[in-house]
Amino acid sequence: MSTSVATRPAAAATLTAGRLPRWTTGVLLTVCLLASLSFFAAFGTLGLIRILLVAVLLYIVVSVALSAAVEGSRKAKDRLATTLVTSAFGLALLPLISLVVSVVGRGVDRFDGTFFTYSMRSVVGEGGGAVHAITGTLWVTGIATLISVPIGLLAAIYLVEYGRGRLARSITFFVDVMTGIPSIVAGLFAYALFVIIFGPGTKSGLAGAVALSVLMIPVVVRSVEELLKIVPNELREASYALGVPKWLTITKIVLPTALAGIVTGVMLAIARVIGETAPLLIAAGFTQSLNNSPLEGPMMTLPVFVYRSYVDQGNPAAAYVERAWAGALTLVIIVMVLNLAGRLIAARFAPKTGR
Amino acid sequence: MTQIEPQQVADTQVGSAPTFRADPPPSQPPRAGAPGTPPKVVKRPGDRIFEGLSTGSGTLILIILALVAAFLVAQGIPAFTSSVEDLPFGSTLRYVVPLAFGTVWAAFLAMVMGVPVAIAIALFISHFAPRRLAAGLGYVIDLLAAVPSVVYGLWGISVLGPLVQPVYIWLTENLGFIPLFAGPASGTGRTIFTAALVLAVMILPIVTALSREVFLQTPRLHEEAALALGATRWEMIKMAVLPFARPGMISASMLGLGRALGETMAVALVLSPSAIISFALLQSTNPNTIAANIALSFPEAYGLGTNQLIATGLVLFVITLAVNSIARAVINRRKEFSGAN
Repeated sequence: MSTSVATRPAAAATLTAGRLPRWTTGVLLTVCLLASLSFFAAFGTLGLIRILLVAVLLYIVVSVALSAAVEGSRKAKDRLATTLVTSAFGLALLPLISLVVSVVGRGVDRFDGTFFTYSMRSVVGEGGGAVHAITGTLWVTGIATLISVPIGLLAAIYLVEYGRGRLARSITFFVDVMTGIPSIVAGLFAYALFVIIFGPGTKSGLAGAVALSVLMIPVVVRSVEELLKIVPNELREASYALGVPKWLTITKIVLPTALAGIVTGVMLAIARVIGETAPLLIAAGFTQSLNNSPLEGPMMTLPVFVYRSYVDQGNPAAAYVERAWAGALTLVIIVMVLNLAGRLIAARFAPKTGR
Repeated sequence: MTQIEPQQVADTQVGSAPTFRADPPPSQPPRAGAPGTPPKVVKRPGDRIFEGLSTGSGTLILIILALVAAFLVAQGIPAFTSSVEDLPFGSTLRYVVPLAFGTVWAAFLAMVMGVPVAIAIALFISHFAPRRLAAGLGYVIDLLAAVPSVVYGLWGISVLGPLVQPVYIWLTENLGFIPLFAGPASGTGRTIFTAALVLAVMILPIVTALSREVFLQTPRLHEEAALALGATRWEMIKMAVLPFARPGMISASMLGLGRALGETMAVALVLSPSAIISFALLQSTNPNTIAANIALSFPEAYGLGTNQLIATGLVLFVITLAVNSIARAVINRRKEFSGAN
């Protein structure tokens, strides 16, 4: 490049005049980083976040000034926007990285065999585990799934295959509104429902499952609805043309085509509700012992275990905090595995729409 | 259910309408409108049951939503009708006002911090990042939505709080003359500003995801026309993308607002609350939010106290329902008018 510039200056000038070369960004960034690093090193106050922050601010000032001088104000604004938008993305990565590092770093201390084989029954101080909370989470989430999936699936089928007119429109609207219900309100609803049926103060795993269902149904409906919509209409028409009744067309043609996606949707919905704390704190309560009966007595769940361990610290406090972080790590792993598995299934078995 | 005339059946394709005749149409079908028996639509028992089941499930969702409202009202009413002496938290109206203030204030702060960043991220993914990376970067932001709220709370109280506390001290010492930053700074970092920071991170993924969708729907021709006229990328975004996406961005932020209003555990863990109305961001006495207050007080509440907490939950339900309905109505209206394709 430089040789051609040297030999044919006039031609190059028309194309590259008033433009900063491509390597400007990289060089400027490195210079700013080094400047920031040496500045903080000189004062002996090194810190990753403050170095990055100052480097980015420095880069913004220098690059905009340079660009305004060489390229004009319009290009300078464009550079400013690019830098701001990119650093916004970087800014969002900071909490994510910090979360992962702290959850993994602090969670591994108690992420051991005892944690997964003992409950907290008559455990004071160190030792103990979350078996009661993990079983409770399985019970509550399992029942919530059993309630929500049939209702959500059938409602989605109604919306896509049958729904016309005002009823369908209002269901679509209120499903959307329902996704925004605060989780704690769902918990209060389940509590109020069970209080009216079983008397005051009732807390049980079933009530927790009902609360989670209120949160889970709209998620299932939305995802299944989207999937049924992309099942090609030609498949339905071919089935009708062979004289197959509508209900058999849906159960034998439409649902199997969308099955992988439906499984994904359900897994993502489970991942969404399995970390809910507030509704379970209210509807299912908390306990220190294993409870395998969802119908009677409070039932511990993993998110509530994390919350109670941290809030209700005994002596030594470190043991309780470590258990809370180990619980948080377990929870994050479960959610991530569900998310990942769901997306893998979706990518692997996506229906072929022919387009 | 529309009935299909035999002629139509004969000369058009069978659509998605499930109208099947028991016997094939006769060679000379009766003329449309001619007197005689209308063609009979055969519905097998299986069809009837299945349609009934799915319609019932759809209706059940409406019933559940109505039940949520009804039970909250039924359990909340005693908190308003009982005499003030019997109520453990005092007059319910007095009790709920500071909480409602805290809820709106925390959500507002979270919006001010979170929405601009979220929209910038959405722009980055839709218009700045390399095409190949865009989907992966979107997934990274979605990961933030997958983290359970109790983990956010744990992180906020034990990582973020101590991290920002020195900044709070600096702010109160140097900018303390601004009422928002009035001292003395909290010693633990468990202030409403920290809670709002956590909330801002929590609303990022939903606002980003929805704005990204709208940005990607910008008519390609508008963008190319702007670029062809010599606009820089930022000018193109200002002229073509942002005006087109404004309603979408507004409703995305409102859905984020709905989430921030209802978030419970993160606030309950991070905030050190008291029953006051105060705009100061960095002090150790902070207004509590409705949701966090329910989570903190419910396990110990009994009798009418429970009813009072449920009444505050009803207030929260009404606020979020209104915010979400408006947001959804805006989205749906835009869908109808959008001539984007």
